[in-house]
Amino acid sequence: MAKRLISFTLNGKQHDGVAPDNTLLLDYLREGLKLTGTKTGCDGGECGACTVLVDGRPQLSCLTLVGQVEGKTVETVEAMSVNGRLSPVQEGFHVKLGSQCGACTPGFIVAAEGLLRENPTPTDDDIKWALGSNICRCTGYIKIYEAVRYAAAKMRGEEPAPYPPTDYSKVA
Amino acid sequence: MDALPDFDVIRPTSIAEVVAARKAHPDSRMIGGGTDLLVNIRRGIEKPPVLIDTAGLDELKTIEADETGLTVGASVRLVDLATHEGVRRHYPAIAEAAGSIAGPSHRNMGTVGGNIALDTRCIFYNQSEWWRETNNHCLKTELGEMCHVAPKSKGVCFATYSGDLAPAFLLFGGSVDLAGPEGERSVAMNDFFIGYSKQDGSTGDGIVYMAIKPGEMIVRVRATGTPGLNSAYDKVRIRRTIEYPVAGCAAAVRRDGDAIADVRIAFTGTNPRPVLLEGTDALVGKPWDENAQQVVDDLCKDQLMSMKTTFTPGHYRRRVATQMSKRLVGRLFEQPA
Repeated sequence: MAKRLISFTLNGKQHDGVAPDNTLLLDYLREGLKLTGTKTGCDGGECGACTVLVDGRPQLSCLTLVGQVEGKTVETVEAMSVNGRLSPVQEGFHVKLGSQCGACTPGFIVAAEGLLRENPTPTDDDIKWALGSNICRCTGYIKIYEAVRYAAAKMRGEEPAPYPPTDYSKVA
Repeated sequence: MDALPDFDVIRPTSIAEVVAARKAHPDSRMIGGGTDLLVNIRRGIEKPPVLIDTAGLDELKTIEADETGLTVGASVRLVDLATHEGVRRHYPAIAEAAGSIAGPSHRNMGTVGGNIALDTRCIFYNQSEWWRETNNHCLKTELGEMCHVAPKSKGVCFATYSGDLAPAFLLFGGSVDLAGPEGERSVAMNDFFIGYSKQDGSTGDGIVYMAIKPGEMIVRVRATGTPGLNSAYDKVRIRRTIEYPVAGCAAAVRRDGDAIADVRIAFTGTNPRPVLLEGTDALVGKPWDENAQQVVDDLCKDQLMSMKTTFTPGHYRRRVATQMSKRLVGRLFEQPA
């Protein structure tokens, strides 16, 4: 099987490489480029741990052939922090304890980043709906929603509430 | 999941190039988003030597929607159909169906053509290769000889069609444009899906579920608008995202005074084809009351043929579908046009 030249923008830099046609974007990032922030989870599009941004939209890299991102812009979780400082979404997950075992966290951070770029003022339903392709088995999601609300406030330039008590009676 | 087998990918930029590529590689498969196909390949269900990527076909990425008609190119992403202003206003059932498919990341990848042509599903089919081997395979794969859902099916497959867009398009007299070696043709969507699973083999089943000839591809999907028609889509699944539907229902109602003037109901996730309920004309001119609900009950009992193709029993899925349709029609009947 012939190898093929590929070129796309990866985390803000032009990337040129060579890969066979049957290479998945996930394997190319993790094994080819050693960008292991993007996780392998179910490997079948059911868990969202492998989420990356393609042209600004969250997509599943375990179901994307590397040739399908030819000429596009790919951002992985490695691109979120700037100069070693956490992005608002990462800070939200840190401050609000949105991460426990951490296997799903890169996927959630990337999906939340995709949501907040499109919609800076998401409602609780928007957040739930936008994180629908991601699964977390530890946190019970409530801490993740708090993290995204924190990040949204931070990105709007508002001071996030220091300790917003969750009203558990209103959480479905 | 297994590693991907070897295959080549062709990336054409025009319909003519696709048709030529399909002719040169009869065993090839079309790939849009790949959210279903790549999973099937990794489970060893399919082993296409060549994939044809439709992402370069810019001519198939347009949506035209007004009150008279809707035309959607096959390479349109599901998220773009779900959020399109004109579709949301004039064809809410289609926008809601597109917006409920799988999860948000899947909708950013999946295409309209891929969802219309979605492979039928069965608990004995969508499994890993070793799982299927220990179970003596099934009819829908090349190696199997018996349908485990209906062992006396005489070679007829009962795998369930689960695409969400088809029932919504069926409400609006949907049709499918196909391009092939003999040029383009248009087929009414109700004739396009042929998975009736008749025991005499006179029609298609879960294996041959589309009236598509070798070498043809879906290029566009169309719908026709009807003024004053309220429509909506709803589905039940094991969890509210990612999963395929236990059952899905699209309904459209036009009300005239206190009576129904027009009602259309379509289902997915029940039969090897999406079902546009026949005989709903009996409700026209009558109010939406217990008698009318009984008519819907009887029609569903007659026409929905859900079998044990998922881990929820068939009779449960039929009751879910029936109940959902009555709830939707009731809501649309009360809703101002």
